Amino acid sequence: MDASVWITLALTLKVAGCATVINLVLGVAVGWLLARRRFIGREFLDAVLTLPMVLPPTVLGYYLLVVIGKRGWLGAWLQNTFGINLIFTWQGAVLAATIVAFPLVLKSARTAFELVDPQLERAARVLGLNEWQVFFRVTVPMAWPGILAGTLLVFARSLGEFGATLMVAGSIPGRTQTLSVAVYEAVQAGEDNVASFLVAITSITCIVVLLASGRLAPTVRAR
Amino acid sequence: MNHPHPRRELGAALLAAAIATFSFAANAADLTVSAAASLTNAFKELGPAFEAQNPGTTVVFNFASSDALLAQIAKGAPADVFASADQDAMDKADAQKVLAAGTRRNFVGNTLVMIVPSDSTLGLKGPADLAKLEVKRVAIGNPASVPVGRYTRGALEAAKLWGTVEPKAVMAQSVRQALDYVARGETEAGFVYATDAGIMKDKVKVVATIPTETSVTYPIAAVAGSPNPDAARKFLDFVLTPAAQAVLARYGFGKP
Repeated sequence: MDASVWITLALTLKVAGCATVINLVLGVAVGWLLARRRFIGREFLDAVLTLPMVLPPTVLGYYLLVVIGKRGWLGAWLQNTFGINLIFTWQGAVLAATIVAFPLVLKSARTAFELVDPQLERAARVLGLNEWQVFFRVTVPMAWPGILAGTLLVFARSLGEFGATLMVAGSIPGRTQTLSVAVYEAVQAGEDNVASFLVAITSITCIVVLLASGRLAPTVRAR
Repeated sequence: MNHPHPRRELGAALLAAAIATFSFAANAADLTVSAAASLTNAFKELGPAFEAQNPGTTVVFNFASSDALLAQIAKGAPADVFASADQDAMDKADAQKVLAAGTRRNFVGNTLVMIVPSDSTLGLKGPADLAKLEVKRVAIGNPASVPVGRYTRGALEAAKLWGTVEPKAVMAQSVRQALDYVARGETEAGFVYATDAGIMKDKVKVVATIPTETSVTYPIAAVAGSPNPDAARKFLDFVLTPAAQAVLARYGFGKP
């Protein structure tokens, strides 16, 4: 099989990797906010951020097209202010995967933070740690297994993201065509041998990810 | 108590209803027509007309790119009629022996056009202008699975422009997706059929009619092993009647 398959695989891993890093940072921040702070509209915010998990990917893809497309309010602003265009770019695919997978890390992180005993944080403050030190040396380490589990789910979900990605990033071989989109294209074109090969590559990649997550999992099981 | 197990009876009734629902889903009177995406609007109008002439038959349409439909049929999708946008897809169907012998015929013709968003200010006049730096993206049906992409590639290759346009190409999954990309202004230009441009006159502008290597003619055929072969043959005859051809002509389709 030609080199294009490996380019597709590399691109898929790049998109999923970027989406995972962004979601890890955002998921920890927003998860902590929802778990530890009381503010008006907290549960509403949670519901809105969880929507991507239940909405059909095509609905998300449409929202994204309308918002970040050249004629969308955000897309037009990005284009005019920074000259950034997200449609038909791999960054657009990252955005789609990030939004679709975000609820997975948000839910895990929120629950993990809620399970951390506030007494321990108070004890740390009494011992002279400032708020940032409490957060990074007490709260996050205690919640880490839950956050990590959510992050792995995000990576797996991002690898397989299809609907919204296809609508926003299109299918440009070597630039925005991820594995799941390439499989779809091969089946559409009746190229079963290409489809079979891509499916095998995808399956192997997912098994490797699962095995890797199994290696990281002992910290989860230890609790 | 006359009904010692009311819950069990309710369960049995629900099960029976579920079975009835699922078995009626594959009604023998359904005629499934898998048709090229460009036929969407015209065929949706033809469906009720055919049903009116054939009481008891319900026409079910399945629109997608021709090769995607073929892939479904080749895998055993229960389609009765296959209408494709080029001979290539129908030839592949023939080679895979999924067509009912002797039923293939051409029924309409179409034209390939180059379109731009109606508010485009680039002044593009034809394919040669796609070499301009301002043109970043061009919407083209994926030649591997979308007939309009094959017509486009053939025409651009003949004009020695494919090498220039291909790096800018955004491969659409059907002609309607290519149309949508241009209509939203996401690509500076695109190639679709005249009939597609006609349904979005407010959003896209035709700047050139593109001569194609092979004329754009649509073949239609009954599918071998069709669940409803009689209705399939009637539908093939129906699309060639003057009344049906008049509807197709109104959407911009020409004679085959």
